[in-house]
Amino acid sequence: MAKYIIKRVAISLVTIWAIITITFILMHSVPGNPFRSESKMPPGVYENLLKKYGLDKPLPEQYTIYLKRLLKGDFGESMKSRVETVNDMINRGFPVSAYLGLQALIIALCFGPALGVIAALNQNKWPDYLSMVIAILGISVPSFIMGTIFIQFLARNISWLPIAGWGTFAHTILPSLALAMMPLAYIARLMRSSMLEILGQDYIKTAKSKGISKSAVVLKHAVRNAILPIVSVLGTLVSNLLVGSFVVEKIFGIPGLGMSFVSSISNRDYTLIMGTTIFYAIILIVMLLLVDIAYVFVDPRIKLTKEGR
Amino acid sequence: MKEEMSYSEDLFMPVSKEEKNAERIHRPSIKYWADVWRRLKMNKLAMSGLIIILLFIIMAIVGTKINGFKYYEQDLNVINQKPNLVHWFGTDELGRDLFTRTWFGARYSILIGFMAAFLDFLIGVIYGGVAGMANRRVDSLMMRIAEIIYSIPYLLVVILLSVVFGQGDSLFVMILAMSLTGWVPMAILVRGQVLQLKESEYAMASESLGATKKWILKKHIIPNTLGPILVNITLAVPTAIFAEATLSFLGLGLQPPKSSLGTLANDGLAGLAVGNGYQILIPAVFISLIMFSFNVLGDGLRDALDPRLRK
Repeated sequence: MAKYIIKRVAISLVTIWAIITITFILMHSVPGNPFRSESKMPPGVYENLLKKYGLDKPLPEQYTIYLKRLLKGDFGESMKSRVETVNDMINRGFPVSAYLGLQALIIALCFGPALGVIAALNQNKWPDYLSMVIAILGISVPSFIMGTIFIQFLARNISWLPIAGWGTFAHTILPSLALAMMPLAYIARLMRSSMLEILGQDYIKTAKSKGISKSAVVLKHAVRNAILPIVSVLGTLVSNLLVGSFVVEKIFGIPGLGMSFVSSISNRDYTLIMGTTIFYAIILIVMLLLVDIAYVFVDPRIKLTKEGR
Repeated sequence: MKEEMSYSEDLFMPVSKEEKNAERIHRPSIKYWADVWRRLKMNKLAMSGLIIILLFIIMAIVGTKINGFKYYEQDLNVINQKPNLVHWFGTDELGRDLFTRTWFGARYSILIGFMAAFLDFLIGVIYGGVAGMANRRVDSLMMRIAEIIYSIPYLLVVILLSVVFGQGDSLFVMILAMSLTGWVPMAILVRGQVLQLKESEYAMASESLGATKKWILKKHIIPNTLGPILVNITLAVPTAIFAEATLSFLGLGLQPPKSSLGTLANDGLAGLAVGNGYQILIPAVFISLIMFSFNVLGDGLRDALDPRLRK
């Protein structure tokens, strides 16, 4: 098992390196450079700017310098903001985004499996249909539309909750709900089919015929086994949340990392785009790695098979 | 003890015509795809999805020509009009007819969805097929590469590429960027099926008759994996449409005067703030409807293809 974990860590490191390299090459293959657009610049100033950002050196040298700085945890400076570095922006934005994402994940992980279990236990009865309608709506309605609907009906028309902004707990409810809908629906569907499969197994019949109460059969025997596929898709769900956060932060005006990433793109702030992309990729790949390692501990069957994926 | 066996003559007579007819299969034999189609037709939800998709495709082709306006045509006398007899879906803040713009946008959304799914299919089948037929080392190397590509979030790739290539011709860039990571699930699926099917008797029979690997892949394995591949394609289309809508909503997609359902929703968001809710309502409902239709059709197809669910 140690071998498996070491292998996974190695692959993750290679992946992160590949992403850094690809991002670097892509960002440096943009025609022209960001300072060309600022016209009427004296040639001396222009050269100084190039020198300040290290753009006058040959590309391979820039690449090694960038890698070295990344190893120290330095994501570089922003090209447009004179005061804040990329690290400052990550430090400011990421806690907000992480809080929002975590809250959405908790909502999805609480209600998704519950919805799936209810549907599976009442297969082809109204609770099943109701849960699956919710699930299909959650998958079909993109988060930006969900967010807009929430703002329109829950915040503007009834004014239960603030329309946008950040600060109090009330501000976090609508955005995290909008963000949670897609993973929630996804989990509910997965949980339903995996529950249905488990409920047909022989050991469930055995447990029932031993006279164990229905709730114990469902909770101890069925759910514990049916939840495994959910663990394996957690990584993908985190990736979903990340993408969703770009949109939800824009709609609700939340000062998170997603918002500064999106605005860095419209500002053509190349160093910020590069830094944030790499930061996102690292977060995501570490999450995928953690999920994979967790899966080994959760599912004892993996240890028995040699080729664990 | 030896027993004398006797056979009567009439045991060796040819069977009469009536008895031959008894052996005949009366019902026509149902071919595989006909059977799938028959079971899909029983699934009302999937069929309604299919009908909605077909309607959307037809309207995306002819819808822009129905009420005589052009998608870029501005008329500042009629800005922000609610839906009425002249402008069936109303007008936007530049006085452009939203009915025409919506179908023009639906055309782009559907085009992006289908093109991306098609590219996924093409790359995925070739890559997965080659990996499955190759020897173990090549196979595991190819799968490692695919895994690395897949762990890069596709939206980041799309965003990076649209920054690099500029947004002038973003339709092509967007389709390319989506397929860049989108083919991986298809490749993994095809590889798994190939590994399983290449051990089957008919593949072995073909090999012993001198068939090349390429021939076996093309003639025996791919046709037998078409079912799961079809489901995968059906579910790849809404993923691409969703990605395009999200990007356009962030202002990174198609540039005006072109429109997609995502850009229309983005424009509509501004309209919502000043009380023109209808401007976002229609693109929002349409995106959701398309996503819904493809999702239920994909689910229905999966059920129809699954022999275990056969009644």
